[in-house]
Amino acid sequence: MRKQSGVSMILIVLLAFTLLAAACGEDTSETTAAPATTTTASSAEPLKFGMILVGPQNDRGWSQAHFEAGQYLEEQLGAEMIVLDKVNSADLPDKTVDQVAQDMINRGAQLVFLTSDDMRDGALLAAELNPTVPMIWSSGDSAWAEGEAPAPFDNLGNIMGRMEFGKMIAGCAAGLTTQTGSIAYLGPLINDETRRLVNSAFLGASYCWENYRGETTPLEFTVNWIGFWFNIPGFTLDPTQVANGFLDAGADVIISGIDTTEALDVAGQAADAGESVWALPYDFDGACELKPEICLGVPYFNWGPAYLEVAQSVIDGTFTATWQWNGPDWTDLNNKETTAIGFVKGDGLSADNASTLDQFIAGLADGSINPLVGPLNYQDGSTYLADGETATDQQIWYTKQLLEGVTGPSE
Amino acid sequence: MSWMRPLGRVLIPIVGAMAFAILLLLLAGANPFEALGLLVEGSVGSAANLSDTLTAWVTMVLAAAGLVVTFRAGLWNIGVEGQVIAGSIAAAFAARTIEGPVAVMIILTMLAGLIGGGLWGLLAGTLRVYGKVNEIFGGLGLTFVATSLTTYLIIGPWKKAGVASTGGTDPFPRDSWLPTIGTLRVSIVAVIVAALAVVAVYFMMRGTRFGLRLKAVGQNLRSAVLFGIPNKRYLLLAFIIGGALAGLAGTIRVTGFHHKLVPTPSGAHGYLGILIVLLAGFQAKWIAPIAFFFAAIAVGASQLPLQMEVDSSLGGILRGVLVLFVLLFGGWQARRAGARLVADAAPPVVPATPGGEG
Repeated sequence: MRKQSGVSMILIVLLAFTLLAAACGEDTSETTAAPATTTTASSAEPLKFGMILVGPQNDRGWSQAHFEAGQYLEEQLGAEMIVLDKVNSADLPDKTVDQVAQDMINRGAQLVFLTSDDMRDGALLAAELNPTVPMIWSSGDSAWAEGEAPAPFDNLGNIMGRMEFGKMIAGCAAGLTTQTGSIAYLGPLINDETRRLVNSAFLGASYCWENYRGETTPLEFTVNWIGFWFNIPGFTLDPTQVANGFLDAGADVIISGIDTTEALDVAGQAADAGESVWALPYDFDGACELKPEICLGVPYFNWGPAYLEVAQSVIDGTFTATWQWNGPDWTDLNNKETTAIGFVKGDGLSADNASTLDQFIAGLADGSINPLVGPLNYQDGSTYLADGETATDQQIWYTKQLLEGVTGPSE
Repeated sequence: MSWMRPLGRVLIPIVGAMAFAILLLLLAGANPFEALGLLVEGSVGSAANLSDTLTAWVTMVLAAAGLVVTFRAGLWNIGVEGQVIAGSIAAAFAARTIEGPVAVMIILTMLAGLIGGGLWGLLAGTLRVYGKVNEIFGGLGLTFVATSLTTYLIIGPWKKAGVASTGGTDPFPRDSWLPTIGTLRVSIVAVIVAALAVVAVYFMMRGTRFGLRLKAVGQNLRSAVLFGIPNKRYLLLAFIIGGALAGLAGTIRVTGFHHKLVPTPSGAHGYLGILIVLLAGFQAKWIAPIAFFFAAIAVGASQLPLQMEVDSSLGGILRGVLVLFVLLFGGWQARRAGARLVADAAPPVVPATPGGEG
């Protein structure tokens, strides 16, 4: 008797679930199937693309910059974006990056942007399993034939901005402003990219500290890493605590290298308490708005133009997987239709320093200033660039250590 | 109508949670029926979605199956989460250090996970049996240790060359991945292993001397001693079996899902296992469908922000609401059961542990 009833219970639950599935499935089939059939019906149908973000889409940082680039495509092309944010193993434990890409493709995405360094493995797997769907793994190097780890997928391209310039400018603003001669860099995780950007900020800061201010004592430049692109409680260091630690140790400018805005928040609270401190957030052009009066400026990515070009090539059927490392539009750093990276000055930057910063930017633009020329040594004393040697793309991209003069771990 | 009550036990919290979820969705300005439709479609609506749901189901089922054993022995094995993680670490160790063909690697990684999880369970058991440390606290502490160990390995000895990131280790060699078919992500091997585990636990608890004696130990430690059952050994065995099954879940999380070690390898599937077993009234036969429901919510919820203008946290909120209702209803039921004190045909053990009714 009891055995029978046990079996029937299971059957009833399964039946109930199936009925529910069937009932609801009918509802959704109308809404989801409709666009799918029209996609094939006419080529004038708007492009559907997927956008996978590692953090929240409103983080006022890295992820928001990508999200807004997606909105830019919607405006420019009438395209339709399928977006999922917070795609990382802590926030989304039951989907992997490649599964999310698969979901988007199954929902009709003809192009997928995987927008984090952390998505490398998922991007490679998704590209392998869907060889006909164009994808972009942003900030990656898988399509760089001369890179260290080229991947054999014709459908996976990479886009990155030459943020080393943005970080040099940010570093210069910090070097011009600091009163204590001590600058801190709030680092995310450690890899080639983040070492590259720390070194760039350090070079910019040192250049302006020495050349415009005529200082002879070396600048103190400290980096501390939280362990990921943003705070994951229990798994990374808390960026708020790390930033507070910087101020306690005597730094008065914090340059942020993480996806979110804790550096500016912490500096803002200290400034409210009467301290003379400043910060430079990162990634997103609107990041200063949270605390403009102590913000020296923000180096940001403008993914729109490059993403637009890729989307257009998918529409035209001419997509090829390339590795792009796009520079700033030196004629107008903040031209949203042309530049890949930009810099917005903050209200915290004095008028004098702002005009000095313009000189620095002009020097970078015409090539008269290039901080990435030797002699430069790595932290362990080994040669990074010999005397007079100009860094190649490979040397800049694959930065193996922090530079001599930077305090903090290289790996 | 003997089946009415158990069915109610499962359906009432689910229906209650659904009603509450509909209210929440209305408040969020979303069409609740579209949302629920997406949830269903996103979890079982296509082969790909069903495959993702089954992938989540497998590990929940394994953790829950192990918990049936410990709960039946009267143990609140809250440390199951740590046992899943320990299994992940052990399987990752095997996958990173041993090379071999797929079939060999499946066996070796699973063995490693069984041992890792079993040892972690044994630790909690030793603390309980010989150290008089309540298994709830011991288990939580060991989970914390397992989590810290994972982060340490990822950012320390097992880090990617030149990288220090909590994102995860390098992917395992392909031979250590559970094999899949086409673009579907679920591994048939994993589904079979999970199904076998449930069946094995079901028959072990029902038909074997060991299962019956374990129940006796769980029901009343003192009288079990009077009957000559060596209860210490039984408690430790329960911890080892429960931990080993959790460790197997941990193996499949890393070899069949993440393909690398990440800081949160279990994705809280151990904790979900506890809820599944509570909802199942500590009976193995209910695990599969209830775990399927939890897996469907977990996987299906990711479709909501893809298709609707709702925040991606909503899925987590739905799951939280469900958990809350399960606990509320479970607590209410436990009180009723306690008041009635009627010996059921197959009485679920209500473990007599402080705070246990929560």
